[in-house]
Amino acid sequence: MTDISMGGSAPKSSLTTVDARTRKRNAAEKRFRAYGLTAIAIGLLFLIVLAVSIIRSGVPAFTQTEVHIDFTITQEQFDDAESQMLKTSAYQKLFIAALQSQLEDRGLEVSFDPAAIERLLGKTGGTIREYYRENPDQIGTPVRFELAASSRVDGYFKGRVSRDTVVDSRFLMVSDLDLVDALHDVGIITQAFNWNFITGSDTGVDNPGGAGIGVSVIGSFFMMLVVLVLSLPIGVAASIYLEEFAPQNWFTDLIEVNISNLAAVPSIVFGILGLAVFIQFMHLPQSAPLVGGLVLTLMTLPTIIISTRASLKAVPPSIREAALGVGASKMQTVFHHVLPLAAPGILTGTIIGLAQALGETAPLLLIGMVGFIARAYPEGVVSGFVDPNSAMPAQIYTWAARADAGFYEKAWGGIIILLIFLLTMNIIAIILRRRFERRW
Amino acid sequence: MPLLWLFLIVLAIAAGAYVLARVRVLAMAGENRRALHSLPVYYGSNAAMKSGVPALLVLAVWLVAQPLVIDTIASGHIPDSAIAETTSRGLVMAEVRRTADGIDMAIASGELSETAARDPQADIEDLSARLSDAGAILTSEITPPVFRAAQELRALSAVGTQAMTIIVVLIALFGALWALRETKPDFRARNVVEQGVRGLLIAAASIAILTTLGIVLSLVFNTVEFFRLYPASEFFFGTNWAPSFSGRGGASDLGIVPLLWGTFYISLVALIVAVPIGLFAAIYLSEYASPKVRAVAKPLLEVLAGIPTIVYGLFALLTVGPLLMRVFGDEGLGWMQAGTAVMTAGLVMGIMLIPFVSSLSDDIINAVPQALRDGSYGLGATQSETIRQVVLPAALPGIVGAILLAASRAIGETMIVVLGAGAAARLSLNPFDAMTTVTAKIVSQLTGDSDFASPEALVAFALGMTLFVITLGLNVFALYIVRKYREQYE
Amino acid sequence: MYDAPHYTRQETGVTDVKIKAQDVQVYYGDNHAIKDVTVDIQDKTVTAFIGPSGCGKSTFLRCLNRMNDTIDICRVEGDIRIDGDDIYDKRVDPVQLRAKVGMVFQKPNPFPKSIYDNIAYGPRIHGMARNKAEMDDIVERALRRGAIWDEVKDRLQAPGTGLSGGQQQRLCIARAVATEPEVLLMDEPCSALDPIATAQVEELIDELRQNYAVVIVTHSMQQAARVSQKTAFFHLGNLVEYDDTSKIFTNPEDSRTESYITGRIG
Repeated sequence: MTDISMGGSAPKSSLTTVDARTRKRNAAEKRFRAYGLTAIAIGLLFLIVLAVSIIRSGVPAFTQTEVHIDFTITQEQFDDAESQMLKTSAYQKLFIAALQSQLEDRGLEVSFDPAAIERLLGKTGGTIREYYRENPDQIGTPVRFELAASSRVDGYFKGRVSRDTVVDSRFLMVSDLDLVDALHDVGIITQAFNWNFITGSDTGVDNPGGAGIGVSVIGSFFMMLVVLVLSLPIGVAASIYLEEFAPQNWFTDLIEVNISNLAAVPSIVFGILGLAVFIQFMHLPQSAPLVGGLVLTLMTLPTIIISTRASLKAVPPSIREAALGVGASKMQTVFHHVLPLAAPGILTGTIIGLAQALGETAPLLLIGMVGFIARAYPEGVVSGFVDPNSAMPAQIYTWAARADAGFYEKAWGGIIILLIFLLTMNIIAIILRRRFERRW
Repeated sequence: MPLLWLFLIVLAIAAGAYVLARVRVLAMAGENRRALHSLPVYYGSNAAMKSGVPALLVLAVWLVAQPLVIDTIASGHIPDSAIAETTSRGLVMAEVRRTADGIDMAIASGELSETAARDPQADIEDLSARLSDAGAILTSEITPPVFRAAQELRALSAVGTQAMTIIVVLIALFGALWALRETKPDFRARNVVEQGVRGLLIAAASIAILTTLGIVLSLVFNTVEFFRLYPASEFFFGTNWAPSFSGRGGASDLGIVPLLWGTFYISLVALIVAVPIGLFAAIYLSEYASPKVRAVAKPLLEVLAGIPTIVYGLFALLTVGPLLMRVFGDEGLGWMQAGTAVMTAGLVMGIMLIPFVSSLSDDIINAVPQALRDGSYGLGATQSETIRQVVLPAALPGIVGAILLAASRAIGETMIVVLGAGAAARLSLNPFDAMTTVTAKIVSQLTGDSDFASPEALVAFALGMTLFVITLGLNVFALYIVRKYREQYE
Repeated sequence: MYDAPHYTRQETGVTDVKIKAQDVQVYYGDNHAIKDVTVDIQDKTVTAFIGPSGCGKSTFLRCLNRMNDTIDICRVEGDIRIDGDDIYDKRVDPVQLRAKVGMVFQKPNPFPKSIYDNIAYGPRIHGMARNKAEMDDIVERALRRGAIWDEVKDRLQAPGTGLSGGQQQRLCIARAVATEPEVLLMDEPCSALDPIATAQVEELIDELRQNYAVVIVTHSMQQAARVSQKTAFFHLGNLVEYDDTSKIFTNPEDSRTESYITGRIG
């Protein structure tokens, strides 16, 4: 090749040799790329750490340490116990005797005193007496009692309490643990699924073992019902107006500005609104799922309106023109053609909005929906809306804020249940979107 | 439940009007549908709308207005002398309402007869006993003025409810008759119904305005009330936050400065975590990642955004806090006294904000026209040179907007700081100290059984007002920047 | 048929082959976009690629500086050599290649920076200036060569996006020239410009021919006739005919070329 002097002054170099500067630039390129990859890796790492710590700390909440005792009581024993002054302690003696004989059957010799049994199992006598008074026909036949172990014993099996950390107290003595180990070895103490955690209600601050999330799940359910019934029609109506009918004027602008700002207002401010307007001003009942639902509706509306408008926008104008062309009114066009086509998108957006509302905590605390209120199931539908109750996230918060570490396990377990609900809702939304997704 | 019945009656009238109007217009047209201006449905809907909507509107307004009016009247029965030094009219009125509720309960349980409850000469002591037998919760002794006011309240509400029932039913009937009268084949029923529906749509859209109005009014009224009890200058410039828990009055220091400092510091830590990670993740996802990687990594990152904040709060309190303690606590570097600290809350909040920053930045980076990238590649720039020197500068306004939105999120975040940041308000530079924020104090001042008249409770509204103004300012500014940015490339 | 190009100087003497492409195939996924294209592009010459939309002319142009690398699904086969170097050789860094083969795009795409920084961007990343004075020099030379110096010399710090469309395109040409390329690729550089701006840019292209091998893709046959010495006609991914511009427009050999230039296909 002849070398004709070019317009430039740079020396002509072969393309196949990479010069030093390019090598340096390529190294910088690789570094930059690595930063990006690292950022994503860190993000995903956080996700994994979060998931692992939720599962590791939360799963124990679903099991409960139980003591199984086969127990037979004769009519004489029953009458005898009932005739005594301290009836429950009489039953407790019977219980201890049964336990001892069962241990002997399995060739185990451990000595223990009634106080130790009370520390491990609580007041067993009362439980047994209650049972036989309600089921007198069971007297004389063998009955298997499944008794929940105390929260310390539960903690011992779940690693929360260990021999090194335990300090002798009226709750648990170090010596008790020998008994516990022995009972565990022969299969009298076992781990069982803790239904009470899923169906139960909140307990006092000193009984983490018995606390359950069931009642606050119901509270959340009634709240979501309010949110769904109010936010879907209002959100859709508002979106239809803004997307299809609203003229270009100051009023429409005002609405638009309000919606976009409300979407970014901190949730706690909605709590203040709920407290001031619904409770102080309108005297609606405090701590009621109805009020919680109203507050969450106002909070969710912007989200639903924004996603509904996007689905309405996605319906091509040609559909509207076709309907208008055959003489439908604007209103008929929207309700007969545009809305049905946008429905899957609207539904998806609504479910995602509901999922957001379901996980929201802060505003509920302000209107009094705190965990310890969730003591009993509502009696009926009306009572479900207006009687004081809590909600899942508020219940979790209450547990997390308590001093007894036994509640932390419950809080993590509650999070697992909450996340299962959220996951289900999101999966439904994704399926809906996949199934009905339309490409115009 | 009389209210439910009233509601059902109105619905029944509306349904009847629907059927009648439909039948009537078809009869007038001699079953010839073509002679009608609109479909028969619209005549029916017109009648149902005109009987139902005004009646229900009046019902709703009445329900809100009645307690206010009656309260004012009943309040007039309590002389100023009956209000003790330590209390306020609002508290006394709350007592009046409780007494009235208690009387209702007592009547329902049969402890009290209606006539005895109305008797102005009733023996107060006997009454108190009967009320507590019925399970009514009264905080203090019933005084005669309170009892009189409660009686007045009950009487007035009974009258009001009766009047409401009659008026609402009348309105529904009148509306139905009026609609039936105008139901003729040439009546433009469809247009009228559509006007009505349009009105409903506008009403639904206006709820956004009402919500904002509700927020502003509830904040403003209570904030003004607070500043009447506590000097504004001490609130805004006070550097000490120490509310007294004993009750109203007393020596509470309610300075917002330490709370603002805590809020600011925690948000700063959160942004220091979230912005670089989020931004680099967005850059990688939008510029480098293959469609497959993008399809997996983007939704996974966004899972972080879908997790409720209570979960992050717990994560901060029980996982991150103890972890930091192990490194920076007494056994490690000794900088940290407890697991709850600025660092704990800030770090976790940063994790929460990563997907927020990354998906906003992703959108913004994608909005940079491909032509600019091509221009840069065409000049022999590498991909990273293109990103750093062309794409990012072009996207800068949008990214700044995204960061401001993230900052507003961080400032308004509640559960993470309630659980992770600690409760002590202090002005410190050590990020391993426990501090507290505006949102955390709103929660702590408004939960529990505080009455809403004390400065310790009202201060929460002033804090809320401050929070609202700050976040609103940030949002409006950020949205403005982002919109300007988008317009540039449209 | 067409007016004789009024400012095209007739070629004298022999010119060198700058780019040699042989049996080039391009695939977009399963789509075979360029089929068996073989062409020699000469130095100091304006070569025009013409053809109906979607015929592959832009795709082929983008192969010449490996801009197609940025599209994941695009695959190039065959042999393209610039001054004898295979540009698809593994050892070739596309970054270095693109410094040598500059490109101007359909729509003017100045960076949202000042006019000065727009021009200085290329030289800066390639490390062409040791100090500010040298950079000033490079910028001025590039702007002069882009025939826009007189219009912008008083406002070098003004944003490049504030210029008119024609000025922006000349700025982009100046930007491409600033890295001292040997070949300039232009992808429909005038399609977004009004007739007056088009005339200015065409005049500039003709001047650039003194220093560079210029390859221009155009949808306007008049433009091809006005500015180019060589013309290649693409149709459905094939290079149908490649010859002197005057020959293509007056006496094409292939019937498809004739149909196109007389307006029967396209």
